[in-house]
Amino acid sequence: MLSLSHEILQIYWWVIVSLLGGLLVFMMFVQGGQTLIFGLPKSEIEKDMIINSVGRKWELTFTTLVMFGGACFAAFPLFYATSFGGAYWVWLAILFCFILQAVSYEYRKKPDNFLGQKTYEIFLYINGSLGVILIGMAVSTFFSGSDFALGEHNFVEWKTPYRGLEALANPLLYPLGIAMFFLSRVGGALYLINNISDENFRAKARKAVLKNTILFLPFFLMFIIWIFTKTGFEYDAEGVVSLVGFKYALNLVKMPIVTLIILVGLGLVLYGIYKGAFTKSTYGVVPYGVGVVFVVMGLFLIAGLNNTAFYPSFSNLQSSLTIKNASSSHYTLGVMAYVSLIVPFVLAYIFVVWRAIDSRKITQDEIKNDHHAY
Amino acid sequence: MSELASVDWSRAQFALTAIYHFLFVPLTLGLSFIIAIMESIYVKTGNEQWKHITKFWLKLFAINFAIGVATGIIMEFEFGTNWANYSWFVGDIFGAPLAIEGLLAFFLESTFFAVMFFGWDKVSKKFHLISTWLVAIGSNLSALWILIANGWMQYPIGMKFNPDTARMEMQNFFEVALSPVGIIKFLHTVTSGYVISALFVIGISAWFILKGRHIIMAKKSMIVAASFGLVTSLFLLFSGDESGFQVTRTQPMKLAAMEGLYEGDSRQGLVMFGVLKPDKKHGDGQGSFMFDIEIPYLLSLIGKRDINAFIPGIDDLVFGNEKRNIESVSSKMAKGKIAVDALRTYQEAKKTGDKEAMAKAQNLLETNMNFLGYGYLEKPTDAVPPVALTFYSFRIMVMLGTYFIALFFVVMYLCMANNIESFKKLLWICVWTIPLGYIAAEAGWIVAEVGRQPWAIQDLMTVGVGATNLGSVNVKISFTLFAILFTALLIAEIKIMLKQIKIGFESHA
Repeated sequence: MLSLSHEILQIYWWVIVSLLGGLLVFMMFVQGGQTLIFGLPKSEIEKDMIINSVGRKWELTFTTLVMFGGACFAAFPLFYATSFGGAYWVWLAILFCFILQAVSYEYRKKPDNFLGQKTYEIFLYINGSLGVILIGMAVSTFFSGSDFALGEHNFVEWKTPYRGLEALANPLLYPLGIAMFFLSRVGGALYLINNISDENFRAKARKAVLKNTILFLPFFLMFIIWIFTKTGFEYDAEGVVSLVGFKYALNLVKMPIVTLIILVGLGLVLYGIYKGAFTKSTYGVVPYGVGVVFVVMGLFLIAGLNNTAFYPSFSNLQSSLTIKNASSSHYTLGVMAYVSLIVPFVLAYIFVVWRAIDSRKITQDEIKNDHHAY
Repeated sequence: MSELASVDWSRAQFALTAIYHFLFVPLTLGLSFIIAIMESIYVKTGNEQWKHITKFWLKLFAINFAIGVATGIIMEFEFGTNWANYSWFVGDIFGAPLAIEGLLAFFLESTFFAVMFFGWDKVSKKFHLISTWLVAIGSNLSALWILIANGWMQYPIGMKFNPDTARMEMQNFFEVALSPVGIIKFLHTVTSGYVISALFVIGISAWFILKGRHIIMAKKSMIVAASFGLVTSLFLLFSGDESGFQVTRTQPMKLAAMEGLYEGDSRQGLVMFGVLKPDKKHGDGQGSFMFDIEIPYLLSLIGKRDINAFIPGIDDLVFGNEKRNIESVSSKMAKGKIAVDALRTYQEAKKTGDKEAMAKAQNLLETNMNFLGYGYLEKPTDAVPPVALTFYSFRIMVMLGTYFIALFFVVMYLCMANNIESFKKLLWICVWTIPLGYIAAEAGWIVAEVGRQPWAIQDLMTVGVGATNLGSVNVKISFTLFAILFTALLIAEIKIMLKQIKIGFESHA
C-alpha cells in the first residue's frame, strides 16, 4: 500500500469514507424503526416488538457512525477539525440525539427507570427524527458550502456566531434531511417486515413502506434537482478553487462508473420497496439495503472526486477542503489502507452473527418471555 | 472572580465527559471478563446455577454498558468540536488509533453484544460463550487503542513536523503503537477497571449474604471476583510501579507535582502521606509540607531504578539546575519562540518562493522543534501543573490500591475457608468499598491528565493552542447541557441498577 501514490490513497480513502457513509445511511433503518413506534403499532406488545427488533441492531449504527468519524479523523483530519470545530452546534445537537438513543433501549422498560417509559420512547423518536434530519442537512453542506475560512496553520475560523445553526436558515438543506428521515422509515418498515413474524403486523408495515416512499420521493427529487443544476466547486492542478456551472452533473458524465453505481443503487432501492410494499416477500430490505449503500456512496463520490472540493467554503473559496489538502500524510494513509483490509473480515462476522440472531424471527411470545427484552 | 476563557470551559467539558465516561467504562472492562469466566464454568459444568449467575451480572453489565457507549461517542467527537486545532495538528497520528479502535474493537464488541444478550436460545452454548469472550476482548481492545493514542499525547514519538502543513505527520506506526508509555498506560488503566469490577461483584454479593438471599450464588460470584481481583490488583501494583518509572523518564514535571517536590535531591524518598503548604511559592526555598511521612530512597528507586539517583523538583525544572544539566523553562521558552517564528518565516517565504529563506527557517525550526509548545507559554511557571490536585489524587489512588489488595486477600481466604458469612462487618466493608474503587480510578485519571497540564501534547502543544476558536458562551452552554444530561442519566442508571440488584438472581433463570 505504501507503494501506492499519495493521490491514489487519497482517492481510496474517499471511497472508504463514502462506503461508510452509505452503510451509515442504510443502518439508519434503526432510527426509522424508532420513529415508527408512534403510529404503526396498535398495541403495547407490537410497540415492544418494534423496539426489540431494531434495538438489537442499534450498536451497529452507533459503531458505523463512530467509524465514519474515526475514518474522517484519520484520513481527512482537516475536514474533521473544520466541520466539527466550526459547525459546533449542529454536531453537538446530533451527538445529543445519539446519547439519548444509547440509553433508551436498555432503560425504557426497567423498573425504577426514573424518567418513565414514555420519556425514553420520545428520546428514541428524537434520535430517529431530529438526529437523522440534522445528519442529512450536515451532509447537504458538502454541496452548498459553509461559511468558514482557514487561518494561520489551517486553524478554522467560522464566519458566523451561530456555529453551524445558520444551516437551519437555508431552505436548500432541508430536502436531503427530510428525505433521509422518510428513507430511514422505509428502511425501518422493511426491516420489521423481515424480522417480525406476525402477519397482521407485516401488513401494516407494508403500508408504511408505501406511505413513506411517497413522502420520501419528492424531497429526494428536490435534492437531486438542486445538486445537479447547481454551481459546484472545482479545484485545478495548483489547488485553486473556482465555481463551475453544473459541476455535479458534469461529475456524473465524467465518472460513468459512479453514475452506474447510483443508477443500480436506485434500481435496487425501488425493487426492495416494491418487494416490501406489493409482494408477500419479507426480503425487500436486502435489495433496499444494497441499493441505499450504492446511492449514498455514489453521491459522496461525486461530492469529492473529479477535482471537486468536498467541503466548500463559500466565504473564502480558497479555504475549501479537497481530498488533497484535507488528507493525512502519504505514510498514514498507507498504514491505514493496510488496516482497511480487515474490513471484509469484519463484514463477514457481522453477516454471520446477524444471520444467527435473525434466523428465528421475533414473535409476541418471545417478547413476553424474554427476561432481557427491551 | 475572573471570567473563565473558552479553553477553560472546553477543558471542563472534556473533564466532565471523561469523568462520567470513566465511571462506566472501567466496570465494563472487568465485568465482561468476570462474566466470561462465570459462563465458561457454566458451559464446562452444565450447572444451571452458573447460568443464572451469569445472566444476573450480564444484566447489570448491559445497564452500565449503554451509558458508557453514549459518553464514549461524545469523547471521540469532542476532539473535533472543542479541540479542532489539536485535531488538525495531530490527526495524522492520533486519528489512526481511533479509527483502528472503531474497526478492530468497537465492531467486535457491538456485533457480539447482541448474541450475548439475545442469543441464549438462538445459538449453541459454545457460540454464545465465544461471543461473551469476544465482547470482553473487544471492549479491552477498544481501551488499548484509545490509551495508545493517549500515551502518544503524553510521550509523542514516531512522527515528524511538516512545516508546509504546520502539523505532525506519522513516520513510524509501530513506534506509536508499541510506545512503552502507551502500553503501560493501557495495562495500568484496564487493570484498574478489573479491580473496580471485582470490588463491584464482591460488594453486591456481600450485600446478598448480609440479607440472607441467594447465599450460594453470591458466594460463588464472590469467589470468582475475589480471585480475579487479587490477581489483577497485584498486577496493578506492578504496572503502577512501571508507570512511575515511565513518568520519571518522560514527564518529570508531572512526577514532581505528584510528589509535591519543589527541590530535587539524590536518594529521594517517597512521601507516603503529607499536607502541602497552601502558601508555597516557586523558588522560596521553603519546604513543601506542613507535615509529611516519607519512605526513604523509594522515589529514586521507583523513578530511576537506583536508590542514589537524583530526582528533579519543580523548581529545578522551572528555573533550571546547571549542576544537574537541567534546562530552565525560560530557556525552553526562548527556543520555542524561535521555533514559532521560524515556522511563520518559513510559510511567508514559501508564499514568495524565497527558497533560501525557507531553508534557513526550516533549519532553525528543526533545531528548536522539541520546544515548539514552550513558545506559547506566557511565563515559566505556566509549565507547572496544579500541584495540590495532582499530589492528593496520587495519594488517594495509591492508598486505596493498597487497601484493595488487602481486602481481596482476606475475602479470598475467607471464601476458601467457606465461612465468610460469619464476618458481618467485613461484608459491610465490602459493600461500602464499591464507591472507593471508582474514587481510586478517577483519582488516577486526575493524576494522569491534570498532571500533564498545560500540555495537550507534551512539550509540543498547549491546551490553549489546541482548543477550537469558540466564544466561551458556546462552551458554557454545552457544558451545562452535558452536565445536566449526564447527571440525569447517572441518576437513572443508579436507580435502575439498585432495583435490579434488589430483584436479585431469581428473575434470571
